[in-house]
Amino acid sequence: MVDAVVRLEHVRRRFGDVVGLADLNLAAPKGSVTVLLGPNGSGKTTAVRTITGALRPDGGQVEVFGIDPDVDGESVRRRCGVVSAKPALYDRLSGRDNLRYAADLWGIVDEKPIEESAARFGIDDALDLRVGGYSTGMKTRLALARAILHDPDLLLLDEPTSGLDPESSHAVLALIDEMAADGKTVVMCTHLLLEAEGLADQVVILEQGRDLIAGPPDALVARYWPNPRVLVDAEERASLDALATMTGVVSYERNGGGATVALDDLQRVPDLVAALASRGVRLTRVVPHEPSLEELYFAVRDRGVE
Amino acid sequence: MKGRRSRLWVVARTELRQLRQSPDFWLPMLILAGLFFVVIPTILLFAITHVHNDTVVAKVATTLDVLPPRAKAAIHGFSPAGRTSYALAVYLFAPLAVIVPMTISTAVGANALVGEKERGTGEFLAHSPATEREIYLGKLVASLLPGYVTTIIGFGVYSLIVNLLVGPQVGGWFFPTTDWWVLMFWVVPPFLAITLSVVLRLSARVRSGAAAQQASGLVTLPLIIIAYAQSSGVLLGAGQTAIALGAVAWVVAIWGLARGAGAVTRARLLGVEGATL
Repeated sequence: MVDAVVRLEHVRRRFGDVVGLADLNLAAPKGSVTVLLGPNGSGKTTAVRTITGALRPDGGQVEVFGIDPDVDGESVRRRCGVVSAKPALYDRLSGRDNLRYAADLWGIVDEKPIEESAARFGIDDALDLRVGGYSTGMKTRLALARAILHDPDLLLLDEPTSGLDPESSHAVLALIDEMAADGKTVVMCTHLLLEAEGLADQVVILEQGRDLIAGPPDALVARYWPNPRVLVDAEERASLDALATMTGVVSYERNGGGATVALDDLQRVPDLVAALASRGVRLTRVVPHEPSLEELYFAVRDRGVE
Repeated sequence: MKGRRSRLWVVARTELRQLRQSPDFWLPMLILAGLFFVVIPTILLFAITHVHNDTVVAKVATTLDVLPPRAKAAIHGFSPAGRTSYALAVYLFAPLAVIVPMTISTAVGANALVGEKERGTGEFLAHSPATEREIYLGKLVASLLPGYVTTIIGFGVYSLIVNLLVGPQVGGWFFPTTDWWVLMFWVVPPFLAITLSVVLRLSARVRSGAAAQQASGLVTLPLIIIAYAQSSGVLLGAGQTAIALGAVAWVVAIWGLARGAGAVTRARLLGVEGATL
């Protein structure tokens, strides 16, 4: 039995006629990074709001740290840090006042955590300026600083890098890495598949308020692409078609970048290269190909759950 | 319990801090209070007590005929100008003590919750450990204080002006009268609380600050009329009646505030539920 910090079972939530969550199941193990992938309106934000108890589900069960947030939401929220899609900052206050507000609500008396979290995201110099004058990147950094001020056990990030410059995006992704390394649990929503790459211990693909598929990226990739794949290119691309009938080739597909070849075993590569060379094919590239999360996402959406 | 109480104050303090940082909000309110408590009374009372124009005094005096006999009997003064200025100071300006706090507090209260929704900061509060009741009470305190404190300060300044200008005409410092003490510390606070209990409920439910302001205007109007009539002694008289009215108002206020807390929900702070009147 996995020690899940967040567990959602058959959770449903409607907003009038609009379905927010239809039947969402999710388990985020302790110390893991769970990435919720899905298009706009798939229920990612509603899921985050349900986890903290900010939204009460119409049905199903929610457990966070073993507590039902609907019964004792205060205990749950006390241990959560949330960065929402919009930074949710008070523009008329200074950065310091925004952090002070959060610190006071979470019962932090010291000034030290404020200084430290601001320094961690490189906004300590701007802390006494009004947030209204901050750039989008600075606002997100401040929102991040605010979210970790109380050293939360569970960090919930809703589209945290949306609209950010590369430097700020990097700060977000670095935070997730650090939190995971510290044994904290992270749940991140995104529709930017690239940013989830390499971060996720677990991916949950959502559509219309349901979890289509969930699991570690490697396992999911293996499920959709059981054979190893190799990208091959040559000076004369048509000459690559010879690969289609060679021993060990499971599938062959020529595309704009050369060809993608699925093999029964990666050990076949030297033999295939030799065979092509003997036919006078001048290869320019032979690289193993690990499908990206993006490919996985579209495979799940196009091919359905396998 | 200690944590809960302090979170209430945290919400209130931050709301007040935002108001302080917003001269576009407090400057008009300051001008309003200055106008009602200082400028208008000073000009009128100075004109009556120092210009010595009998025609003007007589005209102003006729407007005081609407006062009930009890109020008329209480008017002091050595001369027609003295009696007229006394009556103006004690009765005519009394409603201002109600209009000023209600205008200021309503303006703050109307935006208090819908403003969180509009700015997106409701998301932060919804995910915070603060309870709905703490958020509601924090917003209530932050709405009540600016109006009431402005009124008390204005009341002090007004008292000074009245005593300096009219006092010599009526045999010395006379203000505040008992009725005014009752009005300021017994009648105005519950009226303010009743108004805010309704305004905050509206603010939690409507979709925009503009809608909250409009709806709040409708709520405050009848209360201002009642308070005006009471404070000027026209509707119900003063003295014992004022104390009784204040007592009833306190009961209604406490009931209204207790019920009003239920209007604040996290779903409403997030702007995803109950966005109707």
